[in-house]
Amino acid sequence: MQGVVGGGAGAVSGGGGSSTSDASMSTVSKEDNPVLSSEDSSSCLDESELELGLGLSLGVGVGACKAQQGPRGGQYARILTAKDFPYVGSSTSASVSSSSSSSSSSSSSSLSRANVTAGTKRSADSVAAANGASSQVVGWPPIRAYRMNSLVNQAKLPATEVFNSLIVKSRNSNPAVGKGTSNACVNANEKGQLRSSLFVKVNMDGIPIGRKVDLSSHRCYETLAQKLEDMFATSSGEEHDMMVDAITPSKLLDGSSGFVLTYEDKEGDWMLVGDVPWGMFINSVRRLRIMRASEANGLAPRLEESNGGQRNKPI
Amino acid sequence: MQRMACSFPDEVLEHVFSFVQCDNDRNAISTVCKSWYKIERWSRRRVFVGNCYAISPDMVIRRFPDVRSIELKGKPHFADFNLVPDGWGGYVAPWISAMAAAYPWLEEIRLKRMVITDENLELISKSFKNFKVLVLSSCEGFSTDGLAAIAANCRNLRELDLRESEVEDLSGHWLKHFPDDYTSLVSLNIACLGCEVSFSALERLVGRCPNLRTLRLNRAVPLDKLANLLRRAPQLVELGTGAYSSELRPDVFSNLSGAFSGCKELKSLSGFWDVVPGYLPAVYPICCRLTTLNLSYATIQSPDLIKLVGQCQNLQRLWVLDYIEDAGLDAVAASCKDLRELRVFPSDPYGPEPNVPLTEQGLVSISEGCSKLQSVLYFCRQMSNAALMTIARNRPNMTRFRLCIIEPGTPDYLTLQPLDVGFGAIVEHCKDLQRLSLSGLLTDLVFEYIGTYAKKLEMLSVAFAGESDLGLHHVLSGCEKLRKLEIRDCPFGDKALLANAAKLETMRSLWMSSCSVTFGACKLLGQKMPRLNVEVIDERGTPDSRPESCPIDKLYIYRTVAGSRFDMPGFVWTIDEDSAMRLS
Repeated sequence: MQGVVGGGAGAVSGGGGSSTSDASMSTVSKEDNPVLSSEDSSSCLDESELELGLGLSLGVGVGACKAQQGPRGGQYARILTAKDFPYVGSSTSASVSSSSSSSSSSSSSSLSRANVTAGTKRSADSVAAANGASSQVVGWPPIRAYRMNSLVNQAKLPATEVFNSLIVKSRNSNPAVGKGTSNACVNANEKGQLRSSLFVKVNMDGIPIGRKVDLSSHRCYETLAQKLEDMFATSSGEEHDMMVDAITPSKLLDGSSGFVLTYEDKEGDWMLVGDVPWGMFINSVRRLRIMRASEANGLAPRLEESNGGQRNKPI
Repeated sequence: MQRMACSFPDEVLEHVFSFVQCDNDRNAISTVCKSWYKIERWSRRRVFVGNCYAISPDMVIRRFPDVRSIELKGKPHFADFNLVPDGWGGYVAPWISAMAAAYPWLEEIRLKRMVITDENLELISKSFKNFKVLVLSSCEGFSTDGLAAIAANCRNLRELDLRESEVEDLSGHWLKHFPDDYTSLVSLNIACLGCEVSFSALERLVGRCPNLRTLRLNRAVPLDKLANLLRRAPQLVELGTGAYSSELRPDVFSNLSGAFSGCKELKSLSGFWDVVPGYLPAVYPICCRLTTLNLSYATIQSPDLIKLVGQCQNLQRLWVLDYIEDAGLDAVAASCKDLRELRVFPSDPYGPEPNVPLTEQGLVSISEGCSKLQSVLYFCRQMSNAALMTIARNRPNMTRFRLCIIEPGTPDYLTLQPLDVGFGAIVEHCKDLQRLSLSGLLTDLVFEYIGTYAKKLEMLSVAFAGESDLGLHHVLSGCEKLRKLEIRDCPFGDKALLANAAKLETMRSLWMSSCSVTFGACKLLGQKMPRLNVEVIDERGTPDSRPESCPIDKLYIYRTVAGSRFDMPGFVWTIDEDSAMRLS
């Protein structure tokens, strides 16, 4: 692909004459004519005026709503993070968090190509820069999961080999092996064409509605556990606040929260998450379950057998 | 008028109405006078509910007491691309319960993007004695156990179509639950199932159903079993193969080829997973009769594709991977003069560089060679305004045009300009355009074109486009027939949305994700528009915990006469009149 344009909005949006004019805003008559006049194609929605269709204006109701507890009932206290502050039009937190741990595919041209998305005024630059190649954006390109899974499955064998060789390479080249899990943060995108979406179901004991998580947007267990924390913290109701406190990434992974993260592998066995290298995990996981620690006791012996003496995770 | 209406007995009017099937026409009939309304509602047999939350099951049942066929759609379209979190909704259970009581003679259920459980399936199988058609398109929530219940209990089943649903594969034995004396199967689509179905049961089933015309197998059915199936059902009109691979053996090949030749009615082929090119010639004898060919899972290269498609002179619909390349599309343009629909899918959508020589040129060739082309879905990596203008001028009869340039924000590769004028040409020339998906670098100008010209447009999909609220305003104020609008990652905020609030009641739904809409605007809209459900979908916790100016994550607005729904999960927030009053 040629013709990469770097830089921000101004350079690229030269064509859109009407949008940059400062023509005065057309006002709206009330109730019966809720639509702004569209004949005047050079009119612009003036930033400073809030005269709107149906007499709606942003001023109404805002103050009153501040006191609202939220239709969910119980309060949900949450520490604000960078993702809570105004930024415009980013893709979901999952893709942002995962992209920070891996650069996009090697070519720098893809990064500057991504900057072309900043043909819009918003700060898409930061988003595009963080996201890199389009593979990091959730749901883009718009291909149904069904079709992606089919394609991925057909290409499965070669991809597995690439994964395994990457894992081996990184293990060998990294002498400072700390916790097993951190070693598994492999940048699997070196090859460029790996995973698409890999959505697996996640159920948590005590919560009736299961969720789905895209494993391919993660590169290591920590980010996955963080995503699960976010996911189950918000979807649970008041009575699960206890569980909310319990779930933090490290607690999920080492089981000290009273819950353990487990997965069902291709053979139908339930295993503890975190023992095998990430690549192996990805290739064999079918679904996840956040299990009460009390029920997970049975997993340990099986793990010992199948891993033949590997380090055993405490429950 | 009153006298005229009374001069026909009800039975005559009912008979006349029975020739009118189209929903819009029947709706019109029902508004003529009270007695026509009454007759029409008693005789309406088929109901389509485009959004299952727009109305409640009870309201439908009250108005139409004797429905035999129902179609329901649940989740928004972007759920196909995993933009709608799991657990959002779309549960069919309340509908099935209500209909089980009210419509004992229900024959057909068609669902799209809904959640249906095994219990629901069992209830269906036991409640409707004359049940004939079950179509589950992109549905989820059920397993092969539910299918077993359908197979076992629905004695009059004609159609079981699981189109791309997500089914939990517990076992392939469910197929055995069709009783031995069950012979009425007409259409079976199990292509989405992962596990092996019991093959002997399948063979026997196919063999004893003389009216079987559609059979879409799943990948697990091996190629060497296909010939036997075909010989048992030479009357098939539509076939989906399983995995199309096997060791190349002359006896298997000739057996297969002979079996295909015996299928004189075969018009539609699909499947073709894991294709071994050596087996493709087995279908050559029937190519000239094919009107539909779905090769979108076939990872075969252009020369093989060209040889195959080149023989399909009567092809009307072609779905294929971009392995076909520009050269292959040139061949299609030369051979398939009757082509109405083309879909080209990407073989490597996540790779940073193009992996095959498929560009805008292929689509231009098709637009030149195929004068009946109406519907296009095209994934590619480069596009130019010139190409779009050529396509528009060649094919003013286009009704569906969906272009996906894989990298967001890609400009015209020749001029580095936005693709505004190219898409503008499409909407200007294709006056009957009903569906449009945009991609590439686009400013507010393209929306001005759309608002000006796309007067018949019903569905618009927008991603990574536009510069300001003016873009959204152009669309909402200009597109008179707009029913569905879905937007992601565009800098559209509150102003256009609030300014066009009334428009939203004339549409089925609006989806906006990763845009700049604030919670304040959503609350306002929800309070002021009682016939809209304004759903804020945000997995970061209650939107009130963030500054008012912080954009919400996802917004789904739809018109409804059923009020707020009762099955919202924890990450969906709405404001209605009641809660607004509670606040103050």
